[in-house]
Amino acid sequence: MKKMQLALMAVAAAALLIAPNMLKSYGIYLLSYWLVYIIATMGLNLTVGYAGQKSLGHAAFFGIGAYTVAILMKAGVSFWLGLPAAALLCFAVGLVLGFPALRVQAIYLAFATLGFNTAIWLLMRNEEWLTGGTFGINNIARPELAGLSLEGNLAYYYFVLAVTVLLALLLWGLLRSPWGKAFTALRDNPIRAESLGVSVRSYTLLSFAIGAAYAGIAGALFASLVQFIEPAPFAVAASIMMYLMVVVGGPGYFWGPVLGAAVGVIVPEWLRDVPGVSDWYLPLFGAAVVVLMVWLPEGLLSIPDRIRARREAREASAARSAAAANVGAVT
Amino acid sequence: MSTALLRVTDLKKSYGAIQAVGGVSFEVRPGEIFGVIGPNGSGKTTLFNSMLGQITPDSGRIELKGDDVTKLGPLALNRRGVGRTFQTLQVFGKMTVRENLIVAAQEHHGTMWSRMFAPGDSGLGPKADALIDQFRIRHVADKKAGTLSYGQQKLVDIGMAFMSDPDLVLLDEPCAGVNPSLVGGLSSLLKELNQTRKGSFVVIEHNMDFVMDLCHRIMVMVEGRVMAIGTPAEIRGNKQVLDAYLGN
Repeated sequence: MKKMQLALMAVAAAALLIAPNMLKSYGIYLLSYWLVYIIATMGLNLTVGYAGQKSLGHAAFFGIGAYTVAILMKAGVSFWLGLPAAALLCFAVGLVLGFPALRVQAIYLAFATLGFNTAIWLLMRNEEWLTGGTFGINNIARPELAGLSLEGNLAYYYFVLAVTVLLALLLWGLLRSPWGKAFTALRDNPIRAESLGVSVRSYTLLSFAIGAAYAGIAGALFASLVQFIEPAPFAVAASIMMYLMVVVGGPGYFWGPVLGAAVGVIVPEWLRDVPGVSDWYLPLFGAAVVVLMVWLPEGLLSIPDRIRARREAREASAARSAAAANVGAVT
Repeated sequence: MSTALLRVTDLKKSYGAIQAVGGVSFEVRPGEIFGVIGPNGSGKTTLFNSMLGQITPDSGRIELKGDDVTKLGPLALNRRGVGRTFQTLQVFGKMTVRENLIVAAQEHHGTMWSRMFAPGDSGLGPKADALIDQFRIRHVADKKAGTLSYGQQKLVDIGMAFMSDPDLVLLDEPCAGVNPSLVGGLSSLLKELNQTRKGSFVVIEHNMDFVMDLCHRIMVMVEGRVMAIGTPAEIRGNKQVLDAYLGN
């Protein structure tokens, strides 16, 4: 199985490196857009999928990251300072947003984060002196890297791809460390986790803060990708869409955001050109989500696990039957 | 002045007009298995939750190794060497058995920041394997805990409480839901753990045969108060206890 996974990863890496060369400018732009959403939803997957915190305010961090870079660059600050500033600011704000999660859970937490998203969105829309309001901020430049311009779509794509891979590796390392198990313990059973010495308070706050930092970086990359930002992409609807991407891909599955962001970003654009489907995309998408929640509430990537679990349950049942006569031994 | 590991003094807790625990005092000695029995509504669970920091008593004092821990929460108590099991299964179903055991002790190693860079098993793999062997669950060590039988999950649940080498383990109805044919094995395992790990246990249990076989001393609670404390033989011979709880 591991060999299969490595082979799949090699094919995917080759495709990501080669495919843009065969695409037109818009196709490359779309792939970059997808990568940006992968980064954002990787962060949300940590908060929601691994740590089990119901957050509906992720687009606010995405927006804070985008506006931080845009405002700083307009003030003459380098993108290379704006990017870490966006990540740090989102980390700090995410830490603060984590505090309500220490008191409320589930749907109540979702509403608290939704309220936060609305407040940030209103700030972006109303504080025209800072954000440009509904007129937004335009002509956001793309950076240079060691004298190499990232202005072109292809160059910027490879830059975003490199950042995505780097952040994925960082998250992979974090999830394989004891922190990963602590986040999962927090999600599965916080009372038991605390009785084992896992600080529910610390890990809850960190899950929000790290998830927010990922969204902040994604937002910063987004600002330079689209080169014009206004409040609409950072509204509550965008948070719900990001949440949906995590759920569709598989919350708590490392590759879930890759699949979920593809469903949320690539598929609609692809279907836009399919005759007879384009007008029906959203109703079809909604219906597909309903079906998915009924049959696969743990997302598309849970399919292999479900098959494996059924096989193991059958084997365990057979083993228990065989050992039933063995009195005194724990089967 | 005393060698008690845990000392509870005049503990009281009321819910409105109902006094769940009304001035309970006892002590648990190092290495002792101490049983708490009593009919439903006798205050055992309230007492347990107070000792575990889940609720704050109205008055009284709880000391662990001489330190006042009356107002500490579950996290602080765990860090001070108190482990526990729950009446219902509380394993992490999506983790393997080995991962369940590792997560049960990882927070006792290093600092939060050092754990971010630590290996996934926090160096606890060999210790988890030793416990897996002691609990005779080697054949399911790499299976997800949620896929195991109830009896196997119960063993994992109990094993988790022992992974951090606690000084005191509070076991809340360890026999609940366990097949009667396996209760004897569970008692032997707990005795073995008591011998090898030198820890003290407090056990709440309704299975009288199990309690009488396992515990060094037993406290009988009735209506929030202590009716008797003594060895299993003394409790069995206590007329007041026989009349009020055990029967003939």
